[in-house]
Amino acid sequence: MRLYFEVARKTFARIATYRQATLAGVFTNTVFGFVLAYVLLAVYQERETVGGFDATDAVTFTFVGQGLLMVVGIFGSTDIAERIRTGDVVVDLQRPYDQQAWWAAVSYGNAAYYAIFRGIPPFVIGAIVFDLRTPSPPNFAAFVVSVWLALAVCFAWTYMLQLSAFWLMDFRGPYQIGIFVAQFFSGALIPIVFFPSWLETTTRALPFPSMMQLPIEVWLGRYHDAALLGVFAQQVLWACFLIVAGRFIMSRAVGRIVVQGG
Amino acid sequence: MGDRSPPTSSSAFAVWRRLVGARIRADWQYRMSFFLFLVGQALIASLDIAVIAAIFANVDSLGGWSGYEVALLFGLGGVSFGMADLLISQVETASKHIKAGTFDLFLLRPVPTLLQLSASEFALRRLGRIIQPLIVLAVALFTAPVHWSVETTLLIPTTIVAGTVIFGAIWVITSSIVFWTVDSQEVASAFTYGGNVATEYPLDVLGIWMRRIATFVVPLAFVAYLPAARMLNRHDPLGLPSAAAWAAPVVAVTAWLAAHAVWGFAIRHYRSTGS
Repeated sequence: MRLYFEVARKTFARIATYRQATLAGVFTNTVFGFVLAYVLLAVYQERETVGGFDATDAVTFTFVGQGLLMVVGIFGSTDIAERIRTGDVVVDLQRPYDQQAWWAAVSYGNAAYYAIFRGIPPFVIGAIVFDLRTPSPPNFAAFVVSVWLALAVCFAWTYMLQLSAFWLMDFRGPYQIGIFVAQFFSGALIPIVFFPSWLETTTRALPFPSMMQLPIEVWLGRYHDAALLGVFAQQVLWACFLIVAGRFIMSRAVGRIVVQGG
Repeated sequence: MGDRSPPTSSSAFAVWRRLVGARIRADWQYRMSFFLFLVGQALIASLDIAVIAAIFANVDSLGGWSGYEVALLFGLGGVSFGMADLLISQVETASKHIKAGTFDLFLLRPVPTLLQLSASEFALRRLGRIIQPLIVLAVALFTAPVHWSVETTLLIPTTIVAGTVIFGAIWVITSSIVFWTVDSQEVASAFTYGGNVATEYPLDVLGIWMRRIATFVVPLAFVAYLPAARMLNRHDPLGLPSAAAWAAPVVAVTAWLAAHAVWGFAIRHYRSTGS
Protein backbone atom coordinates (compact mmCIF):
# COMPACT_ATOMS: atom_id res chain seq x y z
CA MET A 1 0.00 0.00 0.00
CA ARG A 2 2.85 2.30 0.93
CA LEU A 3 4.39 1.72 -2.52
CA TYR A 4 1.23 2.76 -4.34
CA PHE A 5 0.87 5.84 -2.16
CA GLU A 6 4.42 6.85 -3.08
CA VAL A 7 3.68 6.26 -6.78
CA ALA A 8 0.68 8.57 -6.53
CA ARG A 9 2.70 11.18 -4.64
CA LYS A 10 5.53 11.14 -7.19
CA THR A 11 3.05 11.35 -10.07
CA PHE A 12 1.54 14.42 -8.46
CA ALA A 13 5.00 15.99 -8.11
CA ARG A 14 5.91 15.16 -11.70
CA ILE A 15 2.78 16.60 -13.23
CA ALA A 16 3.01 19.71 -11.06
CA THR A 17 6.09 20.74 -13.04
CA TYR A 18 4.08 21.19 -16.25
CA ARG A 19 2.66 24.60 -15.41
CA GLN A 20 2.25 25.84 -18.99
CA ALA A 21 0.20 22.80 -19.87
CA THR A 22 -2.00 23.35 -16.82
CA LEU A 23 -2.61 26.97 -17.72
CA ALA A 24 -3.37 26.05 -21.33
CA GLY A 25 -5.76 23.34 -20.20
CA VAL A 26 -7.63 25.65 -17.84
CA PHE A 27 -8.04 28.16 -20.66
CA THR A 28 -9.46 25.52 -23.00
CA ASN A 29 -11.81 24.00 -20.40
CA THR A 30 -13.11 27.47 -19.60
CA VAL A 31 -13.74 28.38 -23.24
CA PHE A 32 -15.59 25.08 -23.80
CA GLY A 33 -17.51 25.72 -20.60
CA PHE A 34 -18.70 29.08 -21.87
CA VAL A 35 -19.74 27.79 -25.31
CA LEU A 36 -21.66 24.83 -23.84
CA ALA A 37 -23.23 26.97 -21.11
CA TYR A 38 -24.57 29.46 -23.66
CA VAL A 39 -25.93 26.66 -25.83
CA LEU A 40 -27.73 25.09 -22.87
CA LEU A 41 -29.05 28.49 -21.77
CA ALA A 42 -30.59 28.87 -25.25
CA VAL A 43 -32.48 25.64 -24.56
CA TYR A 44 -33.84 27.20 -21.36
CA GLN A 45 -35.11 30.16 -23.36
CA GLU A 46 -37.64 27.69 -24.74
CA ARG A 47 -38.55 25.78 -21.57
CA GLU A 48 -38.22 25.92 -17.79
CA THR A 49 -36.71 22.54 -16.97
CA VAL A 50 -35.17 19.60 -18.80
CA GLY A 51 -35.28 16.22 -17.06
CA GLY A 52 -35.50 17.92 -13.67
CA PHE A 53 -32.59 20.31 -14.39
CA ASP A 54 -33.28 24.03 -14.34
CA ALA A 55 -31.00 26.51 -16.12
CA THR A 56 -28.76 27.00 -13.07
CA ASP A 57 -28.36 23.23 -12.68
CA ALA A 58 -27.39 22.88 -16.34
CA VAL A 59 -24.82 25.69 -16.32
CA THR A 60 -23.37 24.46 -13.00
CA PHE A 61 -23.20 20.97 -14.53
CA THR A 62 -21.19 22.36 -17.45
CA PHE A 63 -18.54 24.04 -15.34
CA VAL A 64 -18.21 21.28 -12.73
CA GLY A 65 -18.03 18.88 -15.68
CA GLN A 66 -15.26 20.82 -17.42
CA GLY A 67 -13.29 20.70 -14.18
CA LEU A 68 -13.85 16.95 -13.81
CA LEU A 69 -12.79 15.89 -17.32
CA MET A 70 -9.12 15.60 -16.41
CA VAL A 71 -9.73 14.48 -12.81
CA VAL A 72 -11.57 11.31 -13.78
CA GLY A 73 -9.48 11.04 -16.95
CA ILE A 74 -12.38 10.75 -19.38
CA PHE A 75 -10.02 11.37 -22.33
CA GLY A 76 -8.05 8.31 -21.28
CA SER A 77 -4.33 7.83 -21.67
CA THR A 78 -2.36 5.51 -23.88
CA ASP A 79 0.67 5.06 -21.61
CA ILE A 80 -0.07 1.40 -20.89
CA ALA A 81 -1.01 0.55 -24.46
CA GLU A 82 2.20 2.16 -25.72
CA ARG A 83 4.24 0.02 -23.32
CA ILE A 84 2.42 -3.04 -24.57
CA ARG A 85 3.01 -2.06 -28.20
CA THR A 86 6.72 -1.47 -27.72
CA GLY A 87 7.16 -4.55 -25.54
CA ASP A 88 8.26 -2.53 -22.49
CA VAL A 89 5.40 -4.18 -20.64
CA VAL A 90 7.63 -7.23 -20.23
CA VAL A 91 9.87 -5.21 -17.92
CA ASP A 92 6.82 -4.04 -15.95
CA LEU A 93 5.59 -7.61 -15.53
CA GLN A 94 8.91 -8.68 -14.01
CA ARG A 95 8.60 -6.17 -11.22
CA PRO A 96 7.15 -7.17 -7.86
CA TYR A 97 3.98 -5.08 -7.84
CA ASP A 98 0.48 -5.33 -9.20
CA GLN A 99 0.18 -3.84 -12.70
CA GLN A 100 -3.35 -2.57 -12.35
CA ALA A 101 -2.78 -1.11 -8.89
CA TRP A 102 0.36 0.66 -10.08
CA TRP A 103 -1.45 2.39 -12.94
CA ALA A 104 -4.41 3.15 -10.70
CA ALA A 105 -2.00 4.87 -8.30
CA VAL A 106 -0.67 6.93 -11.24
CA SER A 107 -4.25 7.94 -12.09
CA TYR A 108 -5.01 8.96 -8.51
CA GLY A 109 -1.79 10.98 -8.33
CA ASN A 110 -2.74 12.83 -11.51
CA ALA A 111 -6.30 13.28 -10.31
CA ALA A 112 -5.25 14.92 -7.05
CA TYR A 113 -3.29 17.51 -8.99
CA TYR A 114 -5.98 18.05 -11.62
CA ALA A 115 -8.67 18.40 -8.94
CA ILE A 116 -6.93 21.44 -7.52
CA PHE A 117 -5.38 23.07 -10.57
CA ARG A 118 -7.73 22.09 -13.39
CA GLY A 119 -10.93 21.54 -11.41
CA ILE A 120 -11.29 24.75 -9.46
CA PRO A 121 -10.27 27.52 -11.95
CA PRO A 122 -12.92 26.89 -14.67
CA PHE A 123 -15.63 26.80 -12.00
CA VAL A 124 -14.43 30.03 -10.37
CA ILE A 125 -14.22 31.83 -13.74
CA GLY A 126 -17.64 30.48 -14.71
CA ALA A 127 -19.06 31.67 -11.40
CA ILE A 128 -17.96 35.25 -12.17
CA VAL A 129 -20.19 35.37 -15.25
CA PHE A 130 -22.97 32.90 -14.43
CA ASP A 131 -25.08 32.10 -11.41
CA LEU A 132 -23.70 28.71 -10.30
CA ARG A 133 -24.82 26.35 -7.57
CA THR A 134 -22.39 25.55 -4.75
CA PRO A 135 -23.02 22.49 -2.59
CA SER A 136 -23.59 22.43 1.17
CA PRO A 137 -20.60 21.03 3.14
CA PRO A 138 -22.12 17.54 3.51
CA ASN A 139 -23.00 17.53 -0.19
CA PHE A 140 -19.49 18.57 -1.03
CA ALA A 141 -18.07 15.73 1.07
CA ALA A 142 -20.39 13.31 -0.74
CA PHE A 143 -19.23 14.79 -4.04
CA VAL A 144 -15.58 14.14 -3.16
CA VAL A 145 -16.37 10.51 -2.35
CA SER A 146 -18.34 10.16 -5.58
CA VAL A 147 -15.51 11.64 -7.68
CA TRP A 148 -13.06 9.26 -5.97
CA LEU A 149 -15.25 6.34 -7.05
CA ALA A 150 -15.87 7.85 -10.50
CA LEU A 151 -12.13 7.82 -11.09
CA ALA A 152 -11.99 4.12 -10.18
CA VAL A 153 -14.71 3.32 -12.73
CA CYS A 154 -13.17 5.47 -15.44
CA PHE A 155 -9.67 4.13 -14.78
CA ALA A 156 -10.86 0.52 -14.88
CA TRP A 157 -12.60 1.17 -18.21
CA THR A 158 -9.63 2.83 -19.92
CA TYR A 159 -7.25 0.20 -18.47
CA MET A 160 -9.35 -2.52 -20.05
CA LEU A 161 -9.48 -0.68 -23.38
CA GLN A 162 -5.71 -0.35 -23.46
CA LEU A 163 -5.20 -4.06 -22.90
CA SER A 164 -6.59 -4.56 -26.41
CA ALA A 165 -3.04 -3.67 -27.53
CA PHE A 166 -2.04 -7.23 -26.57
CA TRP A 167 -4.22 -8.56 -29.38
CA LEU A 168 -4.20 -5.78 -31.96
CA MET A 169 -1.28 -4.41 -33.96
CA ASP A 170 -2.86 -0.99 -33.76
CA PHE A 171 -5.03 -0.46 -30.69
CA ARG A 172 -5.94 3.16 -31.47
CA GLY A 173 -9.13 2.62 -33.46
CA PRO A 174 -11.03 0.45 -30.94
CA TYR A 175 -9.53 2.44 -28.08
CA GLN A 176 -10.79 5.70 -29.53
CA ILE A 177 -14.27 4.27 -30.00
CA GLY A 178 -14.33 3.09 -26.37
CA ILE A 179 -13.25 6.51 -25.14
CA PHE A 180 -15.87 8.36 -27.15
CA VAL A 181 -18.66 6.05 -26.11
CA ALA A 182 -17.68 6.74 -22.51
CA GLN A 183 -17.62 10.49 -23.10
CA PHE A 184 -21.07 10.60 -24.64
CA PHE A 185 -22.82 8.31 -22.16
CA SER A 186 -21.04 9.71 -19.09
CA GLY A 187 -22.55 13.16 -19.61
CA ALA A 188 -19.17 14.72 -20.46
CA LEU A 189 -20.58 16.31 -23.63
CA ILE A 190 -24.13 17.03 -22.52
CA PRO A 191 -25.99 16.07 -19.31
CA ILE A 192 -27.71 12.74 -19.90
CA VAL A 193 -30.99 14.19 -18.60
CA PHE A 194 -31.17 15.86 -22.04
CA PHE A 195 -31.45 12.43 -23.69
CA PRO A 196 -34.90 11.13 -24.64
CA SER A 197 -36.22 9.25 -21.59
CA TRP A 198 -35.78 5.74 -23.10
CA LEU A 199 -32.15 6.53 -23.86
CA GLU A 200 -31.57 8.08 -20.45
CA THR A 201 -32.99 4.99 -18.73
CA THR A 202 -30.80 2.70 -20.83
CA THR A 203 -27.75 4.88 -20.22
CA ARG A 204 -28.30 4.84 -16.47
CA ALA A 205 -28.05 1.04 -16.54
CA LEU A 206 -24.52 1.35 -18.01
CA PRO A 207 -21.25 2.04 -16.14
CA PHE A 208 -20.69 5.40 -17.88
CA PRO A 209 -22.90 7.75 -15.78
CA SER A 210 -20.82 6.65 -12.78
CA MET A 211 -17.86 8.44 -14.37
CA MET A 212 -19.30 11.97 -14.45
CA GLN A 213 -23.07 12.33 -14.44
CA LEU A 214 -23.56 10.86 -10.95
CA PRO A 215 -20.83 12.85 -9.16
CA ILE A 216 -22.13 16.09 -10.67
CA GLU A 217 -25.69 15.23 -9.68
CA VAL A 218 -24.35 14.70 -6.17
CA TRP A 219 -22.80 18.18 -6.35
CA LEU A 220 -26.20 19.55 -7.37
CA GLY A 221 -27.69 17.98 -4.25
CA ARG A 222 -30.03 15.62 -6.04
CA TYR A 223 -29.35 12.66 -3.74
CA HIS A 224 -29.79 12.34 0.01
CA ASP A 225 -29.56 9.54 2.57
CA ALA A 226 -30.54 6.20 1.03
CA ALA A 227 -30.49 7.55 -2.54
CA LEU A 228 -26.96 8.83 -1.98
CA LEU A 229 -25.85 5.47 -0.65
CA GLY A 230 -27.46 3.95 -3.72
CA VAL A 231 -25.28 6.16 -5.96
CA PHE A 232 -22.15 5.12 -4.07
CA ALA A 233 -23.17 1.46 -4.23
CA GLN A 234 -23.74 1.70 -7.99
CA GLN A 235 -20.31 3.27 -8.50
CA VAL A 236 -18.60 0.69 -6.25
CA LEU A 237 -20.27 -2.16 -8.10
CA TRP A 238 -19.24 -0.88 -11.53
CA ALA A 239 -15.72 -0.21 -10.30
CA CYS A 240 -15.40 -3.74 -8.90
CA PHE A 241 -16.89 -5.31 -12.01
CA LEU A 242 -14.60 -3.45 -14.40
CA ILE A 243 -11.53 -3.96 -12.22
CA VAL A 244 -12.13 -7.71 -12.06
CA ALA A 245 -12.79 -7.79 -15.82
CA GLY A 246 -9.52 -5.94 -16.38
CA ARG A 247 -7.63 -8.41 -14.18
CA PHE A 248 -9.16 -11.32 -16.05
CA ILE A 249 -8.17 -9.89 -19.44
CA MET A 250 -4.68 -9.17 -18.13
CA SER A 251 -4.25 -12.75 -16.92
CA ARG A 252 -5.30 -14.00 -20.35
CA ALA A 253 -2.92 -11.57 -22.03
CA VAL A 254 0.06 -12.57 -19.91
CA GLY A 255 -0.38 -16.12 -21.13
CA ARG A 256 0.05 -14.90 -24.71
CA ILE A 257 3.23 -12.95 -24.25
CA VAL A 258 6.22 -14.23 -26.13
CA VAL A 259 9.40 -12.44 -25.16
CA GLN A 260 11.54 -12.07 -28.21
CA GLY A 261 14.48 -14.41 -27.98
CA GLY A 262 12.86 -16.25 -25.10
CA MET B 1 14.24 16.46 -58.10
CA GLY B 2 17.93 16.88 -58.83
CA ASP B 3 17.94 20.62 -59.51
CA ARG B 4 19.65 22.89 -57.07
CA SER B 5 17.71 26.08 -57.61
CA PRO B 6 15.45 27.22 -54.75
CA PRO B 7 12.05 25.52 -55.02
CA THR B 8 9.20 27.38 -56.59
CA SER B 9 5.73 27.02 -55.14
CA SER B 10 4.73 24.53 -57.83
CA SER B 11 7.71 22.29 -57.14
CA ALA B 12 7.01 22.58 -53.39
CA PHE B 13 3.50 21.36 -54.10
CA ALA B 14 4.90 18.48 -56.12
CA VAL B 15 7.05 17.53 -53.12
CA TRP B 16 3.99 17.72 -50.89
CA ARG B 17 2.04 15.47 -53.24
CA ARG B 18 4.77 12.85 -53.31
CA LEU B 19 5.18 12.87 -49.52
CA VAL B 20 1.45 12.61 -48.95
CA GLY B 21 1.24 9.81 -51.51
CA ALA B 22 3.92 7.94 -49.59
CA ARG B 23 2.04 8.43 -46.32
CA ILE B 24 -1.16 7.10 -47.84
CA ARG B 25 0.62 4.03 -49.24
CA ALA B 26 2.22 3.44 -45.84
CA ASP B 27 -1.12 3.64 -44.00
CA TRP B 28 -2.71 1.40 -46.60
CA GLN B 29 -0.35 -1.43 -45.59
CA TYR B 30 -2.32 -1.75 -42.35
CA ARG B 31 -5.79 -1.86 -43.82
CA MET B 32 -7.57 -3.20 -40.77
CA SER B 33 -6.30 -0.51 -38.43
CA PHE B 34 -6.88 2.09 -41.15
CA PHE B 35 -10.56 1.18 -41.33
CA LEU B 36 -10.97 0.90 -37.58
CA PHE B 37 -9.46 4.35 -37.21
CA LEU B 38 -11.63 5.73 -39.99
CA VAL B 39 -14.70 4.35 -38.22
CA GLY B 40 -13.45 5.84 -34.95
CA GLN B 41 -13.12 9.27 -36.55
CA ALA B 42 -16.56 9.00 -38.13
CA LEU B 43 -17.95 8.08 -34.73
CA ILE B 44 -16.44 11.17 -33.10
CA ALA B 45 -18.22 13.35 -35.64
CA SER B 46 -21.44 11.38 -35.07
CA LEU B 47 -21.32 12.13 -31.36
CA ASP B 48 -21.31 15.84 -32.16
CA ILE B 49 -24.55 15.49 -34.11
CA ALA B 50 -25.90 13.22 -31.36
CA VAL B 51 -25.44 16.08 -28.89
CA ILE B 52 -27.43 18.36 -31.17
CA ALA B 53 -30.08 15.66 -31.59
CA ALA B 54 -30.31 15.38 -27.78
CA ILE B 55 -30.87 19.14 -27.56
CA PHE B 56 -33.58 19.08 -30.21
CA ALA B 57 -35.25 16.18 -28.42
CA ASN B 58 -36.17 18.85 -25.87
CA VAL B 59 -36.85 21.95 -27.95
CA ASP B 60 -38.14 22.78 -31.43
CA SER B 61 -35.81 25.68 -32.00
CA LEU B 62 -32.58 27.07 -30.61
CA GLY B 63 -32.11 30.83 -30.73
CA GLY B 64 -34.90 30.90 -33.34
CA TRP B 65 -33.23 28.29 -35.57
CA SER B 66 -34.98 24.99 -36.31
CA GLY B 67 -33.21 21.63 -36.11
CA TYR B 68 -32.75 21.46 -39.90
CA GLU B 69 -31.34 24.97 -39.97
CA VAL B 70 -28.88 24.10 -37.21
CA ALA B 71 -28.01 20.98 -39.22
CA LEU B 72 -27.06 23.29 -42.10
CA LEU B 73 -24.68 25.13 -39.75
CA PHE B 74 -23.32 21.84 -38.50
CA GLY B 75 -22.79 20.55 -42.03
CA LEU B 76 -21.04 23.66 -43.35
CA GLY B 77 -18.84 24.05 -40.26
CA GLY B 78 -18.16 20.33 -39.96
CA VAL B 79 -17.04 19.84 -43.57
CA SER B 80 -14.70 22.84 -43.39
CA PHE B 81 -13.33 21.71 -40.05
CA GLY B 82 -12.83 18.18 -41.35
CA MET B 83 -10.96 19.46 -44.42
CA ALA B 84 -8.71 21.64 -42.26
CA ASP B 85 -8.23 18.68 -39.91
CA LEU B 86 -7.11 16.56 -42.86
CA LEU B 87 -4.85 19.13 -44.49
CA ILE B 88 -3.37 21.36 -41.81
CA SER B 89 -4.12 20.11 -38.25
CA GLN B 90 -0.70 18.44 -38.44
CA VAL B 91 0.80 21.72 -37.16
CA GLU B 92 -0.34 20.42 -33.77
CA THR B 93 2.65 18.08 -33.86
CA ALA B 94 5.09 21.02 -33.90
CA SER B 95 5.23 20.84 -30.10
CA LYS B 96 6.20 17.17 -30.24
CA HIS B 97 8.91 17.86 -32.82
CA ILE B 98 10.29 20.82 -30.87
CA LYS B 99 10.56 18.74 -27.70
CA ALA B 100 12.18 15.81 -29.51
CA GLY B 101 14.58 18.11 -31.34
CA THR B 102 13.36 16.80 -34.70
CA PHE B 103 12.01 20.20 -35.75
CA ASP B 104 15.56 21.07 -36.84
CA LEU B 105 15.20 18.59 -39.68
CA PHE B 106 12.32 20.55 -41.17
CA LEU B 107 14.37 23.72 -41.15
CA LEU B 108 17.26 22.07 -42.97
CA ARG B 109 15.21 21.07 -46.00
CA PRO B 110 14.50 23.54 -48.81
CA VAL B 111 10.71 23.15 -48.59
CA PRO B 112 8.39 25.40 -46.54
CA THR B 113 8.11 24.03 -42.99
CA LEU B 114 4.31 24.11 -42.92
CA LEU B 115 4.18 22.04 -46.07
CA GLN B 116 6.62 19.51 -44.62
CA LEU B 117 4.75 19.20 -41.33
CA SER B 118 1.44 18.81 -43.12
CA ALA B 119 2.87 16.13 -45.43
CA SER B 120 4.95 14.16 -42.94
CA GLU B 121 2.09 13.76 -40.46
CA PHE B 122 -0.65 13.39 -43.08
CA ALA B 123 -3.26 10.76 -42.22
CA LEU B 124 -5.95 9.85 -44.73
CA ARG B 125 -8.03 8.25 -41.95
CA ARG B 126 -9.04 11.78 -40.92
CA LEU B 127 -11.39 11.63 -43.91
CA GLY B 128 -13.68 9.90 -41.41
CA ARG B 129 -14.23 13.31 -39.86
CA ILE B 130 -15.70 14.66 -43.11
CA ILE B 131 -18.04 11.86 -44.17
CA GLN B 132 -20.59 12.44 -41.46
CA PRO B 133 -20.90 16.27 -41.72
CA LEU B 134 -21.18 15.82 -45.50
CA ILE B 135 -24.22 13.59 -45.01
CA VAL B 136 -25.72 16.06 -42.54
CA LEU B 137 -25.07 18.91 -44.99
CA ALA B 138 -26.77 17.03 -47.82
CA VAL B 139 -29.81 16.25 -45.65
CA ALA B 140 -29.96 19.84 -44.38
CA LEU B 141 -29.87 21.26 -47.90
CA PHE B 142 -32.99 19.26 -48.72
CA THR B 143 -34.87 19.83 -45.49
CA ALA B 144 -33.98 23.36 -44.38
CA PRO B 145 -35.93 26.23 -46.02
CA VAL B 146 -33.03 27.27 -48.26
CA HIS B 147 -33.80 30.03 -50.76
CA TRP B 148 -32.33 28.47 -53.86
CA SER B 149 -30.80 30.67 -56.52
CA VAL B 150 -27.62 30.70 -58.55
CA GLU B 151 -26.10 32.83 -55.82
CA THR B 152 -26.92 30.51 -52.89
CA THR B 153 -25.73 27.53 -54.94
CA LEU B 154 -22.39 29.23 -55.51
CA LEU B 155 -22.25 30.23 -51.87
CA ILE B 156 -21.99 26.60 -50.70
CA PRO B 157 -18.65 25.60 -52.31
CA THR B 158 -17.27 29.09 -51.72
CA THR B 159 -18.11 28.87 -48.04
CA ILE B 160 -16.58 25.41 -47.66
CA VAL B 161 -13.30 26.44 -49.27
CA ALA B 162 -13.16 29.70 -47.32
CA GLY B 163 -14.12 27.90 -44.10
CA THR B 164 -11.35 25.35 -44.61
CA VAL B 165 -8.82 28.14 -45.05
CA ILE B 166 -10.15 30.03 -42.00
CA PHE B 167 -9.96 26.93 -39.78
CA GLY B 168 -6.50 26.21 -41.22
CA ALA B 169 -5.34 29.73 -40.38
CA ILE B 170 -6.72 29.39 -36.84
CA TRP B 171 -4.85 26.10 -36.49
CA VAL B 172 -1.56 27.61 -37.63
CA ILE B 173 -1.82 30.84 -35.64
CA THR B 174 -2.86 29.24 -32.36
CA SER B 175 -0.35 26.40 -32.71
CA SER B 176 2.47 28.92 -33.18
CA ILE B 177 2.29 29.57 -29.44
CA VAL B 178 4.34 26.42 -28.82
CA PHE B 179 7.43 28.18 -30.18
CA TRP B 180 7.32 30.34 -27.04
CA THR B 181 5.80 27.98 -24.48
CA VAL B 182 6.25 24.46 -25.75
CA ASP B 183 3.60 22.84 -23.55
CA SER B 184 0.73 25.15 -24.45
CA GLN B 185 -0.67 23.25 -27.42
CA GLU B 186 -3.99 22.87 -25.63
CA VAL B 187 -4.63 26.62 -25.95
CA ALA B 188 -5.00 25.99 -29.67
CA SER B 189 -7.71 23.39 -28.97
CA ALA B 190 -9.92 26.08 -27.47
CA PHE B 191 -9.94 27.85 -30.84
CA THR B 192 -9.86 24.87 -33.20
CA TYR B 193 -12.03 22.18 -31.58
CA GLY B 194 -13.83 24.81 -29.49
CA GLY B 195 -14.29 26.88 -32.65
CA ASN B 196 -15.78 23.88 -34.41
CA VAL B 197 -18.33 23.40 -31.61
CA ALA B 198 -19.16 27.11 -31.71
CA THR B 199 -19.87 27.01 -35.47
CA GLU B 200 -22.37 24.18 -34.96
CA TYR B 201 -24.81 26.53 -33.25
CA PRO B 202 -26.36 29.83 -34.31
CA LEU B 203 -24.05 32.52 -32.96
CA ASP B 204 -27.11 34.35 -31.59
CA VAL B 205 -27.05 31.98 -28.61
CA LEU B 206 -23.52 32.92 -27.53
CA GLY B 207 -23.11 35.85 -25.17
CA ILE B 208 -22.58 39.24 -26.76
CA TRP B 209 -18.81 39.43 -26.25
CA MET B 210 -18.22 35.85 -27.41
CA ARG B 211 -20.26 36.70 -30.50
CA ARG B 212 -18.06 39.71 -31.20
CA ILE B 213 -14.92 37.65 -30.75
CA ALA B 214 -16.30 35.00 -33.11
CA THR B 215 -17.00 37.61 -35.78
CA PHE B 216 -14.15 40.09 -35.60
CA VAL B 217 -11.25 38.37 -33.81
CA VAL B 218 -11.51 34.66 -34.64
CA PRO B 219 -13.64 34.88 -37.79
CA LEU B 220 -15.79 31.81 -37.10
CA ALA B 221 -18.98 33.61 -38.12
CA PHE B 222 -17.85 33.43 -41.77
CA VAL B 223 -17.43 29.64 -41.65
CA ALA B 224 -21.10 28.77 -41.33
CA TYR B 225 -23.29 31.29 -39.56
CA LEU B 226 -23.30 34.24 -41.96
CA PRO B 227 -23.48 32.14 -45.15
CA ALA B 228 -26.25 29.96 -43.68
CA ALA B 229 -28.18 33.05 -42.60
CA ARG B 230 -28.02 34.36 -46.16
CA MET B 231 -29.04 31.01 -47.65
CA LEU B 232 -32.02 30.89 -45.29
CA ASN B 233 -32.87 34.52 -45.99
CA ARG B 234 -32.54 35.54 -42.37
CA HIS B 235 -32.11 39.25 -42.05
CA ASP B 236 -29.68 41.27 -40.06
CA PRO B 237 -27.71 38.54 -38.30
CA LEU B 238 -25.31 40.11 -35.78
CA GLY B 239 -26.26 43.52 -37.21
CA LEU B 240 -24.10 42.90 -40.29
CA PRO B 241 -25.45 43.30 -43.83
CA SER B 242 -26.46 39.93 -45.26
CA ALA B 243 -23.89 40.38 -48.05
CA ALA B 244 -21.24 39.85 -45.36
CA ALA B 245 -21.63 36.15 -46.20
CA TRP B 246 -19.71 36.87 -49.39
CA ALA B 247 -16.86 38.42 -47.41
CA ALA B 248 -15.78 34.92 -46.36
CA PRO B 249 -13.20 34.51 -49.17
CA VAL B 250 -11.66 37.90 -48.34
CA VAL B 251 -11.60 37.03 -44.65
CA ALA B 252 -10.07 33.66 -45.49
CA VAL B 253 -7.27 35.14 -47.58
CA THR B 254 -6.55 37.76 -44.91
CA ALA B 255 -6.54 35.11 -42.18
CA TRP B 256 -4.20 32.91 -44.20
CA LEU B 257 -1.78 35.78 -44.85
CA ALA B 258 -1.83 36.52 -41.12
CA ALA B 259 -1.21 32.84 -40.36
CA HIS B 260 1.71 32.80 -42.77
CA ALA B 261 3.20 35.88 -41.12
CA VAL B 262 2.72 34.54 -37.58
CA TRP B 263 4.21 31.18 -38.50
CA GLY B 264 7.20 32.87 -40.15
CA PHE B 265 7.70 35.04 -37.08
CA ALA B 266 7.42 31.97 -34.81
CA ILE B 267 9.99 30.05 -36.87
CA ARG B 268 12.46 32.93 -36.60
CA HIS B 269 11.90 32.82 -32.86
CA TYR B 270 12.67 29.09 -32.72
CA ARG B 271 15.48 27.81 -30.56
CA SER B 272 16.33 24.17 -30.68
CA THR B 273 16.15 22.11 -27.49
CA GLY B 274 19.29 22.24 -25.46
CA SER B 275 20.43 25.55 -26.88
